Amino acid sequence: MLDAIDRKLIATTQAGLPLVAEPYRALADELGLDEAEIVSRLGQLLETGAIRRIGAIPNHYALGYTANGMSVWDVADEAIAEIGARVGALDFVTHCYERPRHPPLWPYNLFAMVHGRTRDEVRAKVAEIAVLVGPAARAHEVLFSTRILKKTGLRIAA
Amino acid sequence: MRALDPTEKAIINGLQGGFPLTHRPYRDAGAQLGLSEGEMIEEIGNLLARGQLSRFGPLWNAEALGGAVCLAAMAVPPDRFDEVAELVNAHPEIAHNYQRDHELNMWFVVSTDAPARIDQVIAEIERETGLGVRAMPKTREFFVGFRVEV
Repeated sequence: MLDAIDRKLIATTQAGLPLVAEPYRALADELGLDEAEIVSRLGQLLETGAIRRIGAIPNHYALGYTANGMSVWDVADEAIAEIGARVGALDFVTHCYERPRHPPLWPYNLFAMVHGRTRDEVRAKVAEIAVLVGPAARAHEVLFSTRILKKTGLRIAA
Repeated sequence: MRALDPTEKAIINGLQGGFPLTHRPYRDAGAQLGLSEGEMIEEIGNLLARGQLSRFGPLWNAEALGGAVCLAAMAVPPDRFDEVAELVNAHPEIAHNYQRDHELNMWFVVSTDAPARIDQVIAEIERETGLGVRAMPKTREFFVGFRVEV
């Protein structure tokens, strides 16, 4: 579980790491701790998965990846563990989840988000997924977003 | 949009994870990319200033921090679309909402501090709109590299 210092660390780094030569020491100074403790806590939070990764978080849209396709697949339940792992491992898949079906309107149980510069590029990538998945998928579709109705960042209280 | 130069590409492609937990991490990460510590700090600052990076630092996992997240979808009659979008978006727990080209045409993410709140928010939206909400919580997450190649 996270303690009060972890929560402060979250609040202090939500906007990013300080752009100075010794960023962990700068965080330590701000929180009244020493650098070694900051480094050890960040390492542990990475290990437990509370931090997914540390590094550059690209803005897809600003980098020209304006087409966003949610590819959805009806995969046999017994094959989804293996297929999901292989689809998630593709470089261009940014999220990959198993979710419940809602038949008959929604037969799909595997979701893989694909970003591209154009819709055609996204469709070509989805075609690559289709080859990889093969006959394990009974059907698939790509849902493009046609409008962003709301977008707010992750907010975590300190 | 100005094209990215090779240094910017190297930073974006090379640093989407694994930033070192060392005393001088910009120096150590730069050594892998053939850049000095000063160049790294300056280039990352420029990418942030131009909005090409949203952030540089830890990517926190909301669920591991005790929160809950659930994707949900609705089939909204086209003539009610804007009205329903307004009702849905009025909930502060709605983090993202996208229109998509399908009979299920409204897709949003409910994000709450406490897992029990997810079902309450969905029930409120159903009552306010008179429309069914299909909850699509993830039942399994597959590891992704989370990388964009530029």
